[in-house]
Amino acid sequence: MNRSRVSAIVLRILYLYRGSPQRVFPIFIWVAVDILLWGFLTRYLNSVSQSGVNFVPALLGAVLLWDFLTRVMQGVTMAFFEDVWSRNFLNLFATPLRISEYLAGLVIAAIGASSLSLVVMIVFARVAFGLSFLTYGVALAPFVGVLFLTGIAMGVAAAGLVLRLGPASEWLIWPIPMIVSPFAGVFYPVAVLPGWMRAIAAILPPSYVFEGMRAVVAGQPAPWMALFGGAALALAYLVLACLFFATVYKIAIRTGLIARYSAESVS
Amino acid sequence: MSPPSPPILSVENLGKSFGPLQAVDGVSFHVSRGEIVGLLGPNGAGKTTTINMILGVLAPSSGRIAIEGVDLRADRSKALAGANFAAVYAPLPGNLTVEQNLRVFAKLYDVDRIDERIEALLATYDLLKYRRSKAGVLSSGEQTRLSLAKAMLNRPRLLLLDEPTASIDPSAARDIRAGIAGLVECGHCGVLWTSHNMFEVEAVCDRVLFLSHGRIVLEGDPKRLPGEHGVATLDDLFVSVAHEDLAAGGAE
Repeated sequence: MNRSRVSAIVLRILYLYRGSPQRVFPIFIWVAVDILLWGFLTRYLNSVSQSGVNFVPALLGAVLLWDFLTRVMQGVTMAFFEDVWSRNFLNLFATPLRISEYLAGLVIAAIGASSLSLVVMIVFARVAFGLSFLTYGVALAPFVGVLFLTGIAMGVAAAGLVLRLGPASEWLIWPIPMIVSPFAGVFYPVAVLPGWMRAIAAILPPSYVFEGMRAVVAGQPAPWMALFGGAALALAYLVLACLFFATVYKIAIRTGLIARYSAESVS
Repeated sequence: MSPPSPPILSVENLGKSFGPLQAVDGVSFHVSRGEIVGLLGPNGAGKTTTINMILGVLAPSSGRIAIEGVDLRADRSKALAGANFAAVYAPLPGNLTVEQNLRVFAKLYDVDRIDERIEALLATYDLLKYRRSKAGVLSSGEQTRLSLAKAMLNRPRLLLLDEPTASIDPSAARDIRAGIAGLVECGHCGVLWTSHNMFEVEAVCDRVLFLSHGRIVLEGDPKRLPGEHGVATLDDLFVSVAHEDLAAGGAE
């Protein structure tokens, strides 16, 4: 892998963020809106509930971790969409750039954007609602790691889908996190789901994170084996997503789609 | 005596079909160092399809492409390292400035001494005053000059130019033709040049290939070819080939 070519992809995204505040703004604003909305909701639930459950780390924390996964996925897809919108594929792929280098560049750009988002999230949630991510202890690292791997896998798969189906399929991509969230047990234990939904939850790495998070908040030890399984699953999805993107790219090269990529060129 | 160096570009029996349509059909040619080869033909003859295959963005259905002896299919990245292109239909991203675009593509081609190279190209292509302008707000002529500057970033040994002076005023076009001819004359690179401007083709090309229905139907010196086929100018020869193409129902 050539570092100069990977850095070119990252540099392109960096230039776009630097020259365009409207691209940077959403990194902060959606996180802030979510923290406000769910922060007040959890504060209200704490005041009326007799259950003794502290909703701040259980619910607000879950929302923020889910938000993190969404930001990671969008970090990859947005970087990819910039090339779609500027019709840059012919220029890019007529260079010595390898597909692995292109994906590595997108992932590094996503790491940068989502890390920024995570920092804002941690600071704002702490200041406004007293949520400390330290509540999750050392389990926070695998929580973030599994969600990060899953977000990257979802972003790469989504980019592959748009490359295959055309820019008009963008609308299929944005709701993916919302569609996955009911199965991932973000807001409730997986045990409350019906059997068929539990079966789907079992193959979703984030479900292990949120089950683990609730266990830690309830004072139980972190389910390390389950988290390890979730991480292995997320890694497998990442490999599959990269293979999917590479396969779609090969098809695009065979059909000539890369050279004439536009909404009209894909049926 | 040292063995002759391989051609910069070698195309052997190249074919591309899209379903029942045979866009390129058994095309073979080469481009040597110090040579400008014109690829001519009416719209839909297969010129851009051929160029896209040489650029590695379209997989051939058959045949072989080698750049500096490196098989494109076997090692695409290595083969393309010494090539570059400019085409009117591939403007650089409009949301980056002129300088940012050049820097990104310089990194993609792993260019040494990027700052120096960019400064030299900004000056050569009269883009110094636009360096901080977004590429999208440049006039079409300025965008073409930017594409040409990008095409020169890695000092390519193979340069593919698809209508390189299409949006440029005659004076700037003359300078650009002279610049490219100068590069080629010093033996640094070979050029594959497509254009519908037969005056330009006659002025710059050492050899031309006429494509029709994806096949090479004529090949030769652009100055002698019209006389050999009983017409007065290259323009007349082009029209004659295009009419034969239409008569054969060849418009794609």
